[in-house]
Amino acid sequence: MAGVEDTAGPTRFVPGAELTITQAAEFERQLAAAPPGPLVIDLSGVRTIDTVGAWLVHRTLRDRPGSAVMGLGEDARRLVAAVAEADRPCALKAPAMPLWRAELEKIGRAVLAAVTSLGDGLAFMGTTLVAMARAAVSARGIRWPSVSRQLEVTGIDALGIVGLMSFLIGIVVAQQGAVQLEQFGAQIFTINLVGRATFRELGILLTAIMVAGRSASAFAAQIGTMKINEEIDAMRTLGLDPVEVLVVPRVLALVIILPLLGFYASLLAVVGGGLLSWAYLDIPPASFVQRLREVVPMSDFWIGMAKAPFFGAVIALVGCFQGMQVEGNAQSVGERTTTAVVQSIFLVIVLDAFFAVFFTAIGFV
Amino acid sequence: MAEAPRRAAPVVEVRGLVNRFGAQCVHDGLDLDVFPGEILGVVGESGAGKSVLMRSIIGLQRPTAGTIRVFGEEVSPATPARTLALSRRWGVLFQQGALFSGLTVAENVQVPLREHLDLSPALMDEIVAYKIAMLGLPPEAAAKYPAELSGGMRKRAGLARALALDPELLFLDEPTAGLDPIGAAAFDALIRTLRDTMDLTVFLITHDLDTLHAICDRVAVIAERRILATGTIDQLAQLPDPWIRDYFGGPRGRAAARVAAPA
Repeated sequence: MAGVEDTAGPTRFVPGAELTITQAAEFERQLAAAPPGPLVIDLSGVRTIDTVGAWLVHRTLRDRPGSAVMGLGEDARRLVAAVAEADRPCALKAPAMPLWRAELEKIGRAVLAAVTSLGDGLAFMGTTLVAMARAAVSARGIRWPSVSRQLEVTGIDALGIVGLMSFLIGIVVAQQGAVQLEQFGAQIFTINLVGRATFRELGILLTAIMVAGRSASAFAAQIGTMKINEEIDAMRTLGLDPVEVLVVPRVLALVIILPLLGFYASLLAVVGGGLLSWAYLDIPPASFVQRLREVVPMSDFWIGMAKAPFFGAVIALVGCFQGMQVEGNAQSVGERTTTAVVQSIFLVIVLDAFFAVFFTAIGFV
Repeated sequence: MAEAPRRAAPVVEVRGLVNRFGAQCVHDGLDLDVFPGEILGVVGESGAGKSVLMRSIIGLQRPTAGTIRVFGEEVSPATPARTLALSRRWGVLFQQGALFSGLTVAENVQVPLREHLDLSPALMDEIVAYKIAMLGLPPEAAAKYPAELSGGMRKRAGLARALALDPELLFLDEPTAGLDPIGAAAFDALIRTLRDTMDLTVFLITHDLDTLHAICDRVAVIAERRILATGTIDQLAQLPDPWIRDYFGGPRGRAAARVAAPA
């Protein structure tokens, strides 16, 4: 076992038989506990030593002038020499700046990033539109197989979850409406509530949010990973335009699929509301449908359908744009994917508010 | 078969290894020994199963059959706790370095120290600093992220992490692939120096004939789903097998031999 022997002259220090990384913490504590001043480290009892043990010996010799080491075996001599040679100043962290400056810089960076990404985003939208137009008139045309593949992934594969969600939302809206309207004896207006709210707003909006969560993230992650693997650069060198190959089909797919998904979602929400009305308000399905046709104007349907392609375009553009912004490492893919989902949901809601004001202003209600 | 230079108990002992992926059989009854203190080069065609062999030895791949012993203990994905304890005694450098991209070089090297040991932060910082210096990385590389490093520096940083726990056994998967000849030669010299100073045993997968000539004590050839032959390059070059003849006797093999001969 290690120990300190206090005799005349420098203190003698005898470490244990194993001077390796597993014993390093213990050895360091013992060295720190040794009385100040020069030490004589006796390694004659050491059987195994590694670079960490050698480093601790070297550090003691360096930090306690006048210290010496005895009983060095061949291994120990070689290792102590090797670590002594490697003892160079080394900055492990980037130089830190004062907190207030760091915070100020963070705010500045965020503002700058917001402004540039707005500009870059608009530029990206323009590039995509140009690429789409160019592809449409080129001999090769739009890449329809790609579009159809994206339609399947973003649309058909989403039918289950979008349908279930809308069905449940229909039930919730009808149930809440029924409870409140019952107080005025106006429970029949539950049908107005369900019909108008879903076709005009909820069906499309919730579908868009679900698609933003599913597909904007997928687009950002796919394109971002391709960017890291230099696949995007490879496309460019092969004369392929990544925007035309990757972005245009995805944008087209969502522009096509979102109205269809939204309509499907609205239908299922109405089914959910209808079932609840039947069970809770005793309105039979036939009467429900009859009343629905009376109270929901065709304009509600058209307003919903008119918004959907724009939502689809925004979701796809944001997802692809964020994917293209990925740089360097896996962490960046994660950050950009998160940003893609947050931004696309946010923009969809902003756009929806804009449409609400717009349709009212032009008197289309 | 060439006689092993040492008769000490092997550090790695592979017996009757079988690896099968569906209908494809990668290894069929493969035997291999790695002896203490040697640098064993493993060569073979692309797809011959060199990396699969390495992954089997370090317990990342469950073999279909066969036993693998490292330091006399059996490695098997069936006993994760024991394999984990054993894995602290070896270091692995993957082909692309496999540095954690979200951490700086210094933090990468500190990961195993932090996970496995209870060292003071000051000592951990010192360990990282001297390891980085020993591996020939410039001091300013420590605070950088892997994406900011060149390919050669990334390999050195990966090796620094592999050596963080002062292992006795080192696995290298094509360490010089993708390096320029000067960088590759420097990396070869580094491996040899580290082997000599830290008393390492090295299992080295490579396609680099210069590396084989410069630092490998023995070479094992994987072909036809097993180890076809092991021995020094001179011994292997005498063998009648056409693939081995082409490998060492082809234009590149001869050129590498000429370079190595005067040294």
